[in-house]
Amino acid sequence: MVKSITSFSRSGLMDWLAQRVSAVLLGSYAIFLLAYLMLNADLDYQQWQGLFGQFWFKIYTLSSLIALVAHIWVGMWTVATDYVKNAWSRFIVLTIIALTNFTYFVIGFSAVWGA
Amino acid sequence: MFSPPYLNSPHRWGSIRKETTAVKNNRPVNLDLTTIRMPLSAIASITHRITGVGLFVAVGFLMWALTASLESQAGFEQVKNVLTHPFAKFIAWGIASFVVYHLVAGIKHLFMDIGYFETKEGGALASKAVFALSAVGIILVGVWVW
Repeated sequence: MVKSITSFSRSGLMDWLAQRVSAVLLGSYAIFLLAYLMLNADLDYQQWQGLFGQFWFKIYTLSSLIALVAHIWVGMWTVATDYVKNAWSRFIVLTIIALTNFTYFVIGFSAVWGA
Repeated sequence: MFSPPYLNSPHRWGSIRKETTAVKNNRPVNLDLTTIRMPLSAIASITHRITGVGLFVAVGFLMWALTASLESQAGFEQVKNVLTHPFAKFIAWGIASFVVYHLVAGIKHLFMDIGYFETKEGGALASKAVFALSAVGIILVGVWVW
């Protein structure tokens, strides 16, 4: 089995699987939110907050957020390793991606679960 | 089927496919670049990547919108104003379009994972379907935004 030294999970198969599982979850979440916004054209603050206040939707959002971070990492890692050939440049690019990704998670988490 | 595709990614530049260089010397060389066109499946694939990288950036904006819209009534109105501003509508439409394409092309990927559309003809057909379906979706989202 081929082991990659830079892959996050240290296994290409796990990356491959994580990308697919997270894709399905993210796809369902994106379709849900788009449909919700389309069906509630005159959405107000109370209704919007009410949606994110429900426990099942908080869990759905949290799972999608974890899926998003995993999906971003596998996808951006694949793109970066394909196009950025210089090891140091690639290290810097991947570091920026990882830090941005972590920031996304913290912001998304605190938006739904914080305060 | 079910193999990690990274090591033979068609997008990968450089030395991974060394075994093909041995036969390259005998091949005819075509220097007329205007006669060379990427196959449809390659265009579908690179567009999937471009929308993916674009969405990575767009998530920053979406995270701001999520935080502000849930924080307070004023924040919610602010996000609403931004998203209904004549120019910002293009941003909303753009992000939604990227989501639509990335999603539709992603579904094609899942089909390819279980063994469909792997031939030259099948791949071209599925790519056409991806372009057509996402075009419909992008237009529908545009109608909804405006």
